[in-house]
Amino acid sequence: MTDRTQVSAVVIGAGIVGNSLVYHLARLGWKDLVLLDKGPMPNPGGSTGHASNFIYPIDYSKMMTELTADSTAQYEELGVFTRSGGLEVARTSEREEELRRRASQARAWHIDCELITPGDVHKLVPYLDPKVITMAAWFPSVGVVDSLRAGTIMRERAQGEGALTVRANTEVLGIDVDPATRRVTGVRTSTGDYETDTVAICCGVWSPRIARMAGASIPLTPIVHQMISVGPIPLFADTVGEIAYPIVRDVDTNMYERQHGGDMEVGSYAHRAIIVRPDTIPSNEEAALSPTELPFTEEDFDPQLEQALELMPELLGDENVGIRYAINGLISMTPDGHPLLGETPEVKGLWSVAASWIKEGPGIGRAVAEWMTSGEPEIEIAEADISRFYDFQRTVRHVEARASEGFNRMYGIVHPAEQWSDERDIRLAPMFEAEKKLGARFFQTAGWERPHWYESNAPLLERYGDAVMPRSAEWESRWWSPIVNAEHLAMRDGCGLVDLSAFVELDVTGPAALEAMQRIAVAQMDVPVGRVVYTSFLDARGGFRADLTIMRLGPDHFRVVTGGAHGMADKKWISDHLPADGSAQIADLTSAWTTIGLWGPNARKTLAEVTADDVTHEGFAFGTCRPIEVNGICVLASRISYVGELGWEIYAPFEQGARLWETLYEAGQGHGLVPAGIGVYGTTGRLEKGYRAYGNELTADYDLVEAGMTRPSVKKQDFIGKDAYMARRESEPAATLCTLTLEDPTASDGRKRYPLGGEPILTKDGRGMKDGRGRPSYVTSAGSGPSLGKHLMLAYLPTELAEEGAELLVEYMAERFPVRVAVAGSTPLFDPANERVKA
Amino acid sequence: MDVLVCVKRVPMVGGRIALQPDQRHIDTTLLGFTVSPHEECAVEEAVQVTEAHGGEVTVLTLGPPEAAEQLRAAVSVGAASAVLLPTEEEGLGPIATARAITSAVTRLERERSRVFDLVMFGNEAADTGDYQVGIRVAHALGRAVATGVKQLEVTAGEAVARREYRGAEELFRLPLPAVVTVKEGINLPRYPSLPGRMRAKKATIVTFVPETPDEAVEMRTLRVPTSERRSAEVLGHGKEAVPALVSLLEKMGVVS
Amino acid sequence: MTKVVCYVELDADGVVDASARALTFARGITTRPTTLAALLPSPPTAEALGQLQSFGVSDVAVLEHDGISGYSPTALSRCLDAMSGEEDTLAVVAAATDHGNEVLAHLAATTGRDFVAVCTAAREEDGGGFSLTRHRWGGSLLEDSVLRAPRAIFSVSTDAVPPVPAPAATAPTTRTIRPELSAQELALQAAESRPESSGVALASAKVVVSGGRGVGGPEGFAVIEELAALLGGAVGVSRVVTSLGWRPHREQVGQTGTKVTPDLYLACGISGAIQHLAGCQSAKQMVAINTDPDAPIMARADYAVIGDVSEVLPALVAALGERRSRGRGE
Repeated sequence: MTDRTQVSAVVIGAGIVGNSLVYHLARLGWKDLVLLDKGPMPNPGGSTGHASNFIYPIDYSKMMTELTADSTAQYEELGVFTRSGGLEVARTSEREEELRRRASQARAWHIDCELITPGDVHKLVPYLDPKVITMAAWFPSVGVVDSLRAGTIMRERAQGEGALTVRANTEVLGIDVDPATRRVTGVRTSTGDYETDTVAICCGVWSPRIARMAGASIPLTPIVHQMISVGPIPLFADTVGEIAYPIVRDVDTNMYERQHGGDMEVGSYAHRAIIVRPDTIPSNEEAALSPTELPFTEEDFDPQLEQALELMPELLGDENVGIRYAINGLISMTPDGHPLLGETPEVKGLWSVAASWIKEGPGIGRAVAEWMTSGEPEIEIAEADISRFYDFQRTVRHVEARASEGFNRMYGIVHPAEQWSDERDIRLAPMFEAEKKLGARFFQTAGWERPHWYESNAPLLERYGDAVMPRSAEWESRWWSPIVNAEHLAMRDGCGLVDLSAFVELDVTGPAALEAMQRIAVAQMDVPVGRVVYTSFLDARGGFRADLTIMRLGPDHFRVVTGGAHGMADKKWISDHLPADGSAQIADLTSAWTTIGLWGPNARKTLAEVTADDVTHEGFAFGTCRPIEVNGICVLASRISYVGELGWEIYAPFEQGARLWETLYEAGQGHGLVPAGIGVYGTTGRLEKGYRAYGNELTADYDLVEAGMTRPSVKKQDFIGKDAYMARRESEPAATLCTLTLEDPTASDGRKRYPLGGEPILTKDGRGMKDGRGRPSYVTSAGSGPSLGKHLMLAYLPTELAEEGAELLVEYMAERFPVRVAVAGSTPLFDPANERVKA
Repeated sequence: MDVLVCVKRVPMVGGRIALQPDQRHIDTTLLGFTVSPHEECAVEEAVQVTEAHGGEVTVLTLGPPEAAEQLRAAVSVGAASAVLLPTEEEGLGPIATARAITSAVTRLERERSRVFDLVMFGNEAADTGDYQVGIRVAHALGRAVATGVKQLEVTAGEAVARREYRGAEELFRLPLPAVVTVKEGINLPRYPSLPGRMRAKKATIVTFVPETPDEAVEMRTLRVPTSERRSAEVLGHGKEAVPALVSLLEKMGVVS
Repeated sequence: MTKVVCYVELDADGVVDASARALTFARGITTRPTTLAALLPSPPTAEALGQLQSFGVSDVAVLEHDGISGYSPTALSRCLDAMSGEEDTLAVVAAATDHGNEVLAHLAATTGRDFVAVCTAAREEDGGGFSLTRHRWGGSLLEDSVLRAPRAIFSVSTDAVPPVPAPAATAPTTRTIRPELSAQELALQAAESRPESSGVALASAKVVVSGGRGVGGPEGFAVIEELAALLGGAVGVSRVVTSLGWRPHREQVGQTGTKVTPDLYLACGISGAIQHLAGCQSAKQMVAINTDPDAPIMARADYAVIGDVSEVLPALVAALGERRSRGRGE
């Protein structure tokens, strides 16, 4: 046992994820793989073993939808997928509207979905009492899988190729990490030790424990999900196979019912959040059933018994039908509901492949295997990158709080701008108190409380009247106020003051700093000191990896400024691409600086009131940055604008932020200054200018040409993605990013409706659109354009249909509205010549 | 036909039993609770008897207040009433248990002005396995008793109890009222229906506080028996292993 | 001189193995000089008598009553009561079989004495009382206790105590014992019947061929039956096989089934859940046939064949059949 076996990778955990990962690694040419599990095969006792095993094709996120589609295809190839169809039924009118929204969203991703009546439901599922429901969404492609069998086949295929050794009943005792390089060096187990530089943790609910052995964190928590199995159901006795009737998601009660052979399985997400600490999960030997099938707590399920009886009275009310199986099943939950994938930021070579559901398992296995092999998964999974978390988000307290609050939202109606109630006021900007006094309505991003708009601006509503584009329908009025649009108009008339404290500032310094930044960024980085560069980062295939600004503060000093949402992932990307010899270093200075934006026609006048430095157009050119003094505060002013107005981002030491805010606020009072929230900064301002956002328009699926962001020439220095980008420049793009205007928001009931993003774009005769690379057209960003009086949307259209003036449709809430292609490309709709910005 | 069936709340253990540091209790933090398989079958047998002959099943337990859960489980499969003899004392032995149950039976029979035609038990509790409570109660009540019963037939005035012992079937005729302890395998217990579960939720549990005399047996410690972890010598794979297997059988003297 | 009384069960071969263990246990309760008395339900054969001698019994009492023709726990209990009435009887002991436990429980109820079931060890303490060890959870836990009573009743684990003959054989006296029985006590006797196809009894079988979920279904047990017959053994099953309805419950080996102590236990397609192992752990040798080399049973088995039961067993049966016909032919 003292000899270490050398292997290419150790994969820990033989559930659906681990099995899928080793299969795809083997397929991609990896040899000498080892798969470990502390339980026996084929069912080692994790969440896969008791999963409800059904797959609905649509999720709220594009990434999850794509992973699900890929997983489904893999399950079909493995011969373990049975199509059954699935319903989501509505008991309330609020849910009906949600189903309409979901049906339209399904169309965006070309997934079959039909809205049907209770009578239709009764034909599909005769044991469902149609009087209890008002409407349903029907998904014909829903099915069930045998995930244990799938995992076994995948694992055995890898073994069959001679690429994989499997050690069951083997416990991991430790993971060794070289303290100098922070890289994995080996794994110690109860049946032998391994030498390796690659370890993948696919341990589901046990993942945090295993990660901790290496000094890394995987922020998930085990949480209970109750399910019971009821049978024998007389109606099912004559059906052949595992399932013959469609699955029912009774979403208003947070439950589902599915046939499983002769039984009806009833699952619930309605009960109180029952968190289980990973260290208290029983071992395989101690558990009565399995470690993730915990004893059933009847009281938590009782209300659901009644609701299930209400929906399927004869079937489930039969006295001869017994509850044959009932568990508190354990599943993994993360702070934001997305999986945790990728190399951990703390330890190199240690990969997290955790918090996956059955419906994404194989897809995630493939994507991570591709990521581990070539650095680039085919399906974009940036949303699930484990490096996205801040330290506070990794704490047990935060993970458990989010899981508790998020649990009952599993089938909930979740608004795209939905705010959490718990775990608020975690990160506060220095001007937080001043903002509160101004009636700020705070939304949380990356833990920061950011004003989305200010109630103190309410009088602006009277000033601007209908130009604020008021909304009457409830959904798009939720988490929104016409004050946002009023602030926008006031900013464009006078100036706006914006809290940008959530920015992440990363300083890259050292003799190799220029070389490193040159390698990572698309734009030319060898610019004069004091120049601000707006650039993207690409991946090796030329897809977007980041979109941000970089200030050259010195010959060997670059400050990268990026948004709070993606800051931590960007930090890892840059770190990973710095030279190993330490000749370029990265420092996270987010907590050292606060940033305030000042933009509008009167921005210069305002700033000139409080600084003696030259802020004239000739004296302070656009796209430059320099230190100036504002009311005794030494700040770094950067003349760029994400809202398309004259103005600056002003960086002050964090501890002086409150004073800077007050200084600028007072100075602006004579110049029509209003505090403006993120509603303006993040949406209205940039949409009118056609400014793209990473994560919305700019993703790994698209390139600079399609996004309309090419420059006349490409720098001669090499950078990541250059070859792919150059090739793309040579050919006609399959898609073109366009700005669309909503021509008539009037719905069939006379109300005006405003899409919020994600909706499908259709041709004038109602057909969905896909470009030459198979990508569907849907709204990537949407919002009001108050200065233009139009509701604006960005969407990639197939290049052949991307003509200015073209008339198309957008589908929202199961209705179609006319849209017009206002811009094919990146020309701003508002102030196309950028005169304001360059004033 | 009135039947009383007695159950005991025990933890639902897995393969390995984890003990608390004091070595005197099982660590039940993550365990569910149930009754032993013999008792589950006793409850089912009781319900079947009353389904065939009319009458009601009363389920009774001596245990902590949480044992109401086990009473409700019995109600959910057909017991009509439930009685709890609450006690916080641990380690109540068979003499005390029998005494408490006997006095409860006597009291119930007095209050109802009828005797229980059958008082039923599981052959032994899954945890303590004392094999004697049913017999002690029978003696105290002056009734005939058969144990380890695998088949029960009830007619007016008589219960015919069968079981198997060393390849032979033993048949006992018991005049009613009688006491019977049954073994798993006498029937296949039904699962509770949803309406059954909901009825159980609403069921009232009658409580009598038992008197519990001192026991002469004092438990000191519990321990897990040691077992060496060895690994089997692999004779071969699939059919190819058969010759080696035959040699082994010859060596063992199992084949001549 | 102190006395220990043991209820001894007999079968066609003499004293049953479990009772031999009980006699061994009985001898070891105290270091004081002890007379070991045995109660037999019926007259012993010469062989049985010889076994009783070698196990140190000096007083053999045989139940005789006109009204008793079959097994009667009350009659046997009354006999034990009569034999242990004197103050100098330290303990009454029997094997923890269904009969043994039942008889002792009746004795305990009649006399009011403590009865401790399924003991693996008991020692008289200086100053009175006993320290003892017994099974809980069918043997998955051991309980160490102290009994504060001058005399006690113990049933003895049928597998944990090895049967060891006495250092010196005794020359027992044999007598009959006729208990006084009430009408109710007399009425409690078993009418026995032997089913035609009895086969080998599981509890006493020297070879057990046992099948689990890996057998695949009820049809798969045909070859198990065949093998058991060839080896002169009994068929056993795991609990899941009975709950699936493939085989009857009386074949179940395990904590809630039968505990077997064969020379050879062949576990076919059985994963080795600990509730099952509790029933067969005392087998002298265990061979496991399973497709999974990491199944829990592999930690207990002495030998293993990695393969599918449906492939290995027919081949084994064929090889044994061929061997037998070759043998006859020579």
